[in-house]
Amino acid sequence: MKRFLKLVGLVSCISVSAFASAQEVNVYSARKEALIKPLLDKFSADTGISVNLVTGKADALITRLKSEGKYSPADILITTDVGRLYRAKEQGLTQAIETDAFKELISQNYIDPDSNWVGFTLRARPLMVAPERVDASQLSRMEDLADEQWRGRICIRSSSNIYNQSMVAAMIAQLGEEKTQAWLNDFVKNFARTPKGGDRDQIKAVVAGQCDIAIANTYYLAGMASDGDEATRETASKVKVVWPNQQDRGAHVNISGAAITKHAPNAAAAQKLVSFMLQDESQEWYAKTNHEYPLRADVEQSEVLTTFGDFKAEDVDLAKVGELNRQAVVLMDKAGWK
Amino acid sequence: MKISPWREPWLWAVTVFSLLLAVPVLLIFTSVFIPQKELWQHLFATVLNDYVYHSLLIAFSVGGLTLLLGTSLAWLVARYEFAGRGTLQWLILLPMAMPAYILAYTYTGMLDVAGPLQTHLRATFNWTYHDYWFPDVRSVGGAILMLSLVLYPYVYMLARTAFSEQSASFYEASRSMGVSGFGYFRKVAFPLARPAILTGTALAMMEAFADYGTVQYFGISTFTTGIFRTWNGLGNTIGAAQLAAVLTSFVLVLLLIEKHSRRRLRYFHQGQKQNSAKRLTLTPVSAVWAVIACLLPVSLGFIIPCAQLLIWAAERATTQIDSGFIDLIWNSFYLAASAALIAVGLALLFAYAKRLRSHWLLNSQVQIASLGYAIPGTVIAIGAMLMLSAADDALNALTESLFDTSVGLIFSGTLVALLLAYSVRFLAVALHNVEAGLQRIKPSMDDAARSMGLSSFAVLKTVHIPLLRASVLSAILLVFVDVLKELPATLILRPFNFNTLAVRTFELASEERLQDAAVPAIAIVLVGILPVVLLTRALESGKDR
Repeated sequence: MKRFLKLVGLVSCISVSAFASAQEVNVYSARKEALIKPLLDKFSADTGISVNLVTGKADALITRLKSEGKYSPADILITTDVGRLYRAKEQGLTQAIETDAFKELISQNYIDPDSNWVGFTLRARPLMVAPERVDASQLSRMEDLADEQWRGRICIRSSSNIYNQSMVAAMIAQLGEEKTQAWLNDFVKNFARTPKGGDRDQIKAVVAGQCDIAIANTYYLAGMASDGDEATRETASKVKVVWPNQQDRGAHVNISGAAITKHAPNAAAAQKLVSFMLQDESQEWYAKTNHEYPLRADVEQSEVLTTFGDFKAEDVDLAKVGELNRQAVVLMDKAGWK
Repeated sequence: MKISPWREPWLWAVTVFSLLLAVPVLLIFTSVFIPQKELWQHLFATVLNDYVYHSLLIAFSVGGLTLLLGTSLAWLVARYEFAGRGTLQWLILLPMAMPAYILAYTYTGMLDVAGPLQTHLRATFNWTYHDYWFPDVRSVGGAILMLSLVLYPYVYMLARTAFSEQSASFYEASRSMGVSGFGYFRKVAFPLARPAILTGTALAMMEAFADYGTVQYFGISTFTTGIFRTWNGLGNTIGAAQLAAVLTSFVLVLLLIEKHSRRRLRYFHQGQKQNSAKRLTLTPVSAVWAVIACLLPVSLGFIIPCAQLLIWAAERATTQIDSGFIDLIWNSFYLAASAALIAVGLALLFAYAKRLRSHWLLNSQVQIASLGYAIPGTVIAIGAMLMLSAADDALNALTESLFDTSVGLIFSGTLVALLLAYSVRFLAVALHNVEAGLQRIKPSMDDAARSMGLSSFAVLKTVHIPLLRASVLSAILLVFVDVLKELPATLILRPFNFNTLAVRTFELASEERLQDAAVPAIAIVLVGILPVVLLTRALESGKDR
């Protein structure tokens, strides 16, 4: 027993001292290390606050946060999708962020109504087509993809993927359940193959001729277009971005963003990190390195992104998109989207 | 004289440890008491058929293929003498170091519709995609092949040990009765080695059931992808746990059938070391075929994908290998090594307890604790997480009442969590190997040793461990390599600022940066080969003594 108490004493010294150095912030990130670490390092260099990082899948991080409860060391949760921010908030794992200063910088739509999460960057999910085989004028709306003329010509990844879930959830929010289901049923019939692989895979399949239309996030194509490998760059140059729904609701977009955890031991430092992410330098880094659209209108897009052209983004309540995620999966199951 | 099994204190240790390991698995089963009618109606009407069909198809096909490959290669190597046999017998093991998901990425990169081979074909013959037929790597058949290629060494390893331990007297007796050649294999050698072979096959099937990386990448709906979809997409944690419970029940049934099928089979070594049967020398033509037969699975499962990974890695090594890369290797290595020692230590304890005091309660505890091998790592990780959080909460409540201060999280988010999850997940591998070895030692030897006044611990040390050497070393090797490749539990449970090679590979590969991912992937393979080579050497030198 004595030895056990000693051990407890020792361990508590260690953990107390860990808490005592207030100059740190603990990050749970669904963004891959390579896509966030450089920015976190810069934050540490600027502020002297050291950053501890665990990366993982968003739902796993949320489950971990929940299971750790009030003793969780995590201060901040970074995700690549609004649906997961919504889920963390819904489960009572987040707290309000000081967002007054942000409201002048970014659109209100990218901040949670209760300030429990804030967006960092924007990503769009347009169509990418083989221009020699597809007449873009036939494709002005997502709804057109259900048309019989596209039978066996569309490539898209699995419906287990969060980007597709959010895309369908946004559709439900704007068109309603019934219309979305009807669209899904016909859309799935037009798939060229059982969904497999990631977004880049779909783009490559278009270039290889397996299908004519791919649906993928913009930064994947941009990443390919600026890859070190020449063949990859050439592949990227062979598809053309088509922005759907430009005459009505706009193209589907999603955000990456963050929430501060409810029991954050270093909430003040976490707040600083959120502010840092919205500074123009960070927004520029995101835009240039990751090829995402900066949320701040005064920060320039990367050169590659500008070649995709300007577009009108849908103006849907992102919190609602998060809420409809479950329903989206149910509809996709019913439509037989693997 | 029969004494109560609970009189000896170390049996209590067995109980405590096996219960600790069973908790994460049992937590999954508690979910079945919370009805999820709406969810099951939905699953039943839409996707459940696919989950069941694909999971069973993949697991049984992988079982069949690994049985065939593993047993025939083991027979070839153990029974016949041909040029290169010495090298080939450990080369055959190498695909074990290759994670199935990396094999999947690599073959997709090479053979997919957008890969270099098909692109080249189209360019050369001026074909379009619709002008020719090419097998699709990313299909159910592809998944079966990928998994079988990396899992057959499990069967091979156990079968080879079993075959080479078969005494020469069996062969001579059989021959005197006119049974030789394939008849000897079918009527004598295979039945004798059956427990070991079935154990290996069961392990391969469990691993196939639990696979997530490969089937997810290939877009195949199985129980494991379904668990994720239910958890992440439908946001239903309880439903996901119920699916995991169904999957686990499948495996339990499978294991019980396997056990039942050999309930009357008991094979033991003779007390004294006997000469193994002498290997037969093959004719030159047959020897060439034997070498080809051995090289084929090794080439497909190791040499070809490794060569491709090396080509990719060579292009990206300068950007991917930085100062942190050594840390990745070291983290992966020491985690795998510690987990292997812990798991094999526990396996020895459990197997030995079962041998000494076979009691239904004890046996079922151990059985439950070793179910983890068929459960996806993520599910086990969540079970372990819930269990350790409860422990942390209790500890904090205690220190708050005693010292008025909380100590924070001692278990969650530390290496303790990882080692617990690995033990739960991989105990079965260690246990099956150790038990397979232990079963071949006659109980009369225990009795003889005990009657000479040795304690049960002394019997373990002086009698069993030397005889078990090969099995224990195989167990350590298998767990080491398994942990090295393990991804999902590591991803969820690891502490801050702690990465492994598998985590790095996954992060890059899931961004579809296959070439960058090749650098850590090849490092996993290299770190995995090292013990394969060392242990094969150790096993060989043991045989010569």
